[in-house]
Amino acid sequence: MAEPSTVVRPARGPGRYVTRVLVVAYLFFLVAWPLFLVGKNAFADGFENIRGIVEDPDIVHALELTVTVALIAVVINTVFGVGISLLLVRYRFPGQRLLSALLDMPLSVSPIVVGLALVLVYGGRNGWFGPALESAGFQVIFATPGIVMATVFVALPLVIREVVPVLEEVGDEQEQAARSLGANAVQTFLRITLPAIKWGVVYGVVLSLARSLGEFGAVKVVSGNVLGETRTATLVVEENYLNFDKGGAYATAFLLALVAVACIVVVSVIRPKDNR
Amino acid sequence: MTSATLVPDRPAVSRRSGRDGRLTRASGLGLGIAMLWFSLLVLIPLAAVVVTAVDGGWAAFWDAVTTPQTAAAIRLTVGTAFLVTLVNIVMGTLIAWVLVRDQFFGKRALEVLIDVPFALPTIVAGLVLLSLYGPDSPLGVDIANTRVAVFLAFLFVTLPFVVRTVQPVLAELDREVEDAAASLGASRFTTFRRIILPSLAPAIAAGAALSFARGVSEYGSLVLLSGNLPMRTEVTSVRILSSIENDNLPAAAAVATVLLAISFVVIVALDVIQRRVVRRG
Repeated sequence: MAEPSTVVRPARGPGRYVTRVLVVAYLFFLVAWPLFLVGKNAFADGFENIRGIVEDPDIVHALELTVTVALIAVVINTVFGVGISLLLVRYRFPGQRLLSALLDMPLSVSPIVVGLALVLVYGGRNGWFGPALESAGFQVIFATPGIVMATVFVALPLVIREVVPVLEEVGDEQEQAARSLGANAVQTFLRITLPAIKWGVVYGVVLSLARSLGEFGAVKVVSGNVLGETRTATLVVEENYLNFDKGGAYATAFLLALVAVACIVVVSVIRPKDNR
Repeated sequence: MTSATLVPDRPAVSRRSGRDGRLTRASGLGLGIAMLWFSLLVLIPLAAVVVTAVDGGWAAFWDAVTTPQTAAAIRLTVGTAFLVTLVNIVMGTLIAWVLVRDQFFGKRALEVLIDVPFALPTIVAGLVLLSLYGPDSPLGVDIANTRVAVFLAFLFVTLPFVVRTVQPVLAELDREVEDAAASLGASRFTTFRRIILPSLAPAIAAGAALSFARGVSEYGSLVLLSGNLPMRTEVTSVRILSSIENDNLPAAAAVATVLLAISFVVIVALDVIQRRVVRRG
């Protein structure tokens, strides 16, 4: 949330009410009401729909797979994201600007293209590396590693985008002071850098988690969508809806929406405490 | 809230002091590992898309992207993304304006609503819209399986971009200048057009570029909503997916290359906008 730097003076005139009503109505019809209806439809038969999905072993498997994949993806993206942010902000190397631009690529690439790209390289039959990996006993596409890679791909820039501005803001004076007092690189990172960028990392992690739990298109291409094996929660929503199990689809969608909204609320609640 | 997430605010040259920032042995190793991972995950796969697309020669590429069905899908996707971006420029700026300049009960809730499309799984987004604008609509409007559905889905998923890029810039604006303009006799409209709009323009442009790129690449929210009717409501991503499912990877790669080219243009445009802002700032 961007806090106004000065005291907010209320806008004057009737225009203020017109814009306010217009904006509230727009958001109500585009986001709030539809979102509410999903909850309403999920509980249309009381808790029947929710019970239906938690008692279906295949859906439970899908939910577990989704959570596992998301957690692995978040860990990978956090380590990679913090590392690459430090390199981008604290060091100079050739090709830095290009790398910085390329790191944003995943945000604007269609999830289907992400899936296609991974299949072309890691596909077991005629991918670039796929056949070699598979003869070494490592299947990527149509298996969990492929789902993890697709999820990591789509959520890749989120941690970096949160951490880089914070790193730039805190500067490196304290780090230099620590180093000159004899701290080694690991000590400096753990005791100086990490506490300073803590909140940036937390926001990045929460946003990555939301994005990872909800990835659909890329996972659809690489997973093979095998019931009870590689079907994730978002794929359950699609399959159940298309197979006329709307209750199950709405219940699963409700769970996913609940987590997504919870992630946003968490971020919006903790962010203002941080003086950004 | 996610301003830092959505605003590409990474300056090309970062602020530093003292240290010359040359790579040490440890950081060089770290950079090497990071680049290896990034290449294996992103760069090589994306390169594979382009290589596969041009493998069969220019004629095959051109044939793949100009079949009537594919051309219709690309036209629909780009056209709708363009329209949605126009709406976002107006509504996004207006929403940012209300969030920054207005005070009323429930504003925090609006802040959360803005970010919902960003965090909500796209397939759920489709289902969400279907529940209000689909066959069981309590409003009595059924736009499922029409082009309006594509427009609505794009509008939903691109909602945060312009708002979140404009909002921080608007919050930083110096109100004194506006007061000065007003005291010199400028009408509110003139003040907005001559004072506020020029300062917001780069942020609006950046948000519009992001919103366009997001719209063009959208897939998940359309699956349940638009019906994916060939020549009517089928978007580019769906075309690519059906080529993949028919095991026609070269055709899929060709159409994917068109999308990649569009996102590349957007990234370059964003970079240019940012550099202009940095130079001015």
